[in-house]
Amino acid sequence: MQALERDLCRLLGAQRVVYEPDALLAWECDGFTVHRSRPRAVVLPDSTAEVQAIVRLLHAADVPFVPRGAGTCLSGGPTAAATTVVIDLSRMRRVLRIAVEDLFAVVQPGVVNLDLTAAVRHLGLHYAPDPSSQSVCTIGGNLAENSGGPHCFKYGMTQDHVLSALVVLPDGELARLGCEAGSRPPHALDLPALFCGSEGTFAIATEITVRLCRDQESVRTLLFAFASMSAACRTVSDVVAAGLVPAALEILDQATIRAVEASVYRAGYPPEAAAVLLVELDGPDFVTAEEAAEVRACGERHAALRIEEAVEPQERARLWKGRKGAFGAMGRLATDLYVLDGVVPRTRLEEALERIAAIGRRHGVVPNNVFHAGDGNLHPNISFDGRCPDQTARTIAAGHEILQLCVDLGGSITGEHGVGSEKLDHIGMMFSPADLDVMARVRAVFDPDGRCNPGKALPSRAGCAEVAKWPQMVARVLGVEDGA
Amino acid sequence: MTPSSDHARGTSPTLDVAAYARSLDCVHCGLCLPTCPTWQVTTLETESPRGRVYLMRALAEGRVADANAIRPFLDHCLDCRACETACPSGVRYGELLESTRAAIERAAPRRGLAAWLVRTLLWHVVARQGRLRAAFAGLRAAELLGLRWLATRTRLLPAAMAALAPRVPPGRERRPLPTGLHQPPAGVARRGVRVALFTGCVMEPLFGRVHRATLQVLLANGFEVLVPAAQRCCGALLVHSGRPDRARELARANVAAFAEADIVVDNAAGCGCAMAEYGHLLGDAAGAAFARKRRDICTFLAQAGLSAEPAECRAKAAYDDPCHLCHGQGIRREPRELLARVPGLEIVPHARPEECCGSAGIYNLLQPDLAAAIGRRKADSLVAAGVDLVLTGNPGCMLQIDSHLRRIGHQRPVRHPIELLVPAR
Repeated sequence: MQALERDLCRLLGAQRVVYEPDALLAWECDGFTVHRSRPRAVVLPDSTAEVQAIVRLLHAADVPFVPRGAGTCLSGGPTAAATTVVIDLSRMRRVLRIAVEDLFAVVQPGVVNLDLTAAVRHLGLHYAPDPSSQSVCTIGGNLAENSGGPHCFKYGMTQDHVLSALVVLPDGELARLGCEAGSRPPHALDLPALFCGSEGTFAIATEITVRLCRDQESVRTLLFAFASMSAACRTVSDVVAAGLVPAALEILDQATIRAVEASVYRAGYPPEAAAVLLVELDGPDFVTAEEAAEVRACGERHAALRIEEAVEPQERARLWKGRKGAFGAMGRLATDLYVLDGVVPRTRLEEALERIAAIGRRHGVVPNNVFHAGDGNLHPNISFDGRCPDQTARTIAAGHEILQLCVDLGGSITGEHGVGSEKLDHIGMMFSPADLDVMARVRAVFDPDGRCNPGKALPSRAGCAEVAKWPQMVARVLGVEDGA
Repeated sequence: MTPSSDHARGTSPTLDVAAYARSLDCVHCGLCLPTCPTWQVTTLETESPRGRVYLMRALAEGRVADANAIRPFLDHCLDCRACETACPSGVRYGELLESTRAAIERAAPRRGLAAWLVRTLLWHVVARQGRLRAAFAGLRAAELLGLRWLATRTRLLPAAMAALAPRVPPGRERRPLPTGLHQPPAGVARRGVRVALFTGCVMEPLFGRVHRATLQVLLANGFEVLVPAAQRCCGALLVHSGRPDRARELARANVAAFAEADIVVDNAAGCGCAMAEYGHLLGDAAGAAFARKRRDICTFLAQAGLSAEPAECRAKAAYDDPCHLCHGQGIRREPRELLARVPGLEIVPHARPEECCGSAGIYNLLQPDLAAAIGRRKADSLVAAGVDLVLTGNPGCMLQIDSHLRRIGHQRPVRHPIELLVPAR
């Protein structure tokens, strides 16, 4: 045990410090399993004061660190290099305050997204951003990644729901970003918005104030099954063109439907359908009833094979269940899964999907699609065997081309999963070196020494060496490294 | 690629190919985490299903330097299988865990007094009903002589264990069910169906009343009941402790003992789940045939339909799902359907019906700290529901829940659902 580990144990007790190499294997990766690396140690603080004390120790020892929530990130955000200490915040899971009248809650970063909604449900409130992993992922992680989810089409991303954050800066000092009321002087910077999506590279948020939304009087979920993907995409375009703003517009393709239907998340999606479209409408009852009729008409115009409408919470939950379990269910197809996260303008969804399929064919992989159609946020899922270097290489190459395609169509390389370590190679598709330099300088305001999640989100000047290591790490895991 | 020699370095125990393949179904999505009691209590990745699957896979791939370093994390697992219920990818976690435990045990058998004691007790006492009966008679005598009190006072018996160790019921409550064929009483319409009753190991000395209630309910509902004398312990505890070889011996004895029966009924969720996996354990057709013909008592009665009205029971009760019934066998509806037939009984929901209570076979004796933290969550959830009766279908769970309700000063009767189905006389 080195001096740092000894100090950490003295601070937290041996139970909350992990430094045994074999145990650390468990923290090697998040949901993006291509990049793996064993951290130096993992610590589990209970309070803001403990986070400060840990960060001060690491500051003194000049050791980098990565904050981590539930590890459900899909871009390698919380994956830590061998020199890096993981600060796991999942023990900090208390809802500190619920301001019913003011419609906000103050939570610790380890609070699970769905647990927050569960804590306020009896008050007729909920927390709107709902990533598919919402039963596991934490508010702290959502803040770091600016997470989205099906309902972000109408309600906005995490950024639109964070009012304020208390953060521990990389030298251990505390800073309050924003204020609970959510307002700011017109000339002031919107610091919570800046912080949101910084992927743990600025500081560690230990108290987060988030907006709560009132439950709507009525919620209707409609399921459409189509014989073709293009019919599903055109229905979405028609719904939006009709001036409707559904709470969610989600599409699953056939391979995804079949994987889900084979799993415990089976939702009764027709396996013969080429695409399933889920539309959720919320608002006053008479409004959703009218809107549901309009949406149905759109679906019928595109020859929907089946239309189901659910109003009761249990029935609606059943229709959603398949969508929420879709990522994990893909594990039935192969040992590993690469979940891409590109965005295209909604009107170009159909074209994008066709070209993605063509890219897949060219590389000998099959991208399966499940996506937030309303936002044009695609999730092509490529199943592959990570133990096979050739398959992995082809998967990564296809992913690269797909993201280039999204940018070419006027979209983005990420909608909600973040850049992490996964998209460092792709960020140049969207930003010039000058853009990136400005971003690196903003980052340096918070983290001048580059010790806060180094090698992620930006190919920063200081982090170049770190970035260059990821391909080597992949090589090591695959066993293709020279001399391995 | 299989966990072959080029991957397995040093003394790393390797898994069989089928078990290794099961570890590959996990794509690290993490949906299992919140369902895992040990993750809830520790929030450590190493104490979560995702983390354990990752470690087991790493072990098979020869990436773990010292298998003993990860052994505690596998030991801490309750094998409750809540993660299987949550897993979209269909990872068969229980099988993976059991074969990994067995592989580690083969490569590096556990040493030390505690391990020896567990091995000896499981194989030489628990798995042999005659000796188990004698042991309980001895324990009862010791209790009457005040030796338990003495052992607790002198700390020979640790306080945590003393709180868990159940009081041994008096001899008349421990007497075994008469073996052989039992006929429905005169005046009961017969169904012309004969069922064989599995009686297991500790249910008899600790909850003999459950066996008698099971027999009574089956007879009152017009079934002939056979209690084979040659049956033995189901072997679940041995499978969970990494000794499938010895469990197989017991499984074969049971397959033979029930050879004549068309339907085998069991009333302990843990035994039922283990016997449902005899096909996998024995790897032959006889094991699979046995697994097909066995039924949980509640499932059997719900399918057959009750013809005898249960006696009235005025109570506000919670039904708690034993893990090896809900996660292990997917049985949730049937016990509730039957309980709905009990006049006067009100079943109310509680917050954590499908979360393990921490009993998990002999887990509460081997991992008292974790078991206590997990048991506390269960007891709190039941107390918050404001019930005056708790119903659950597994002897370990009955003991654990009873003990933790007492600990927080809210003692409530804990009963097996079958006890409430006994008709009024």
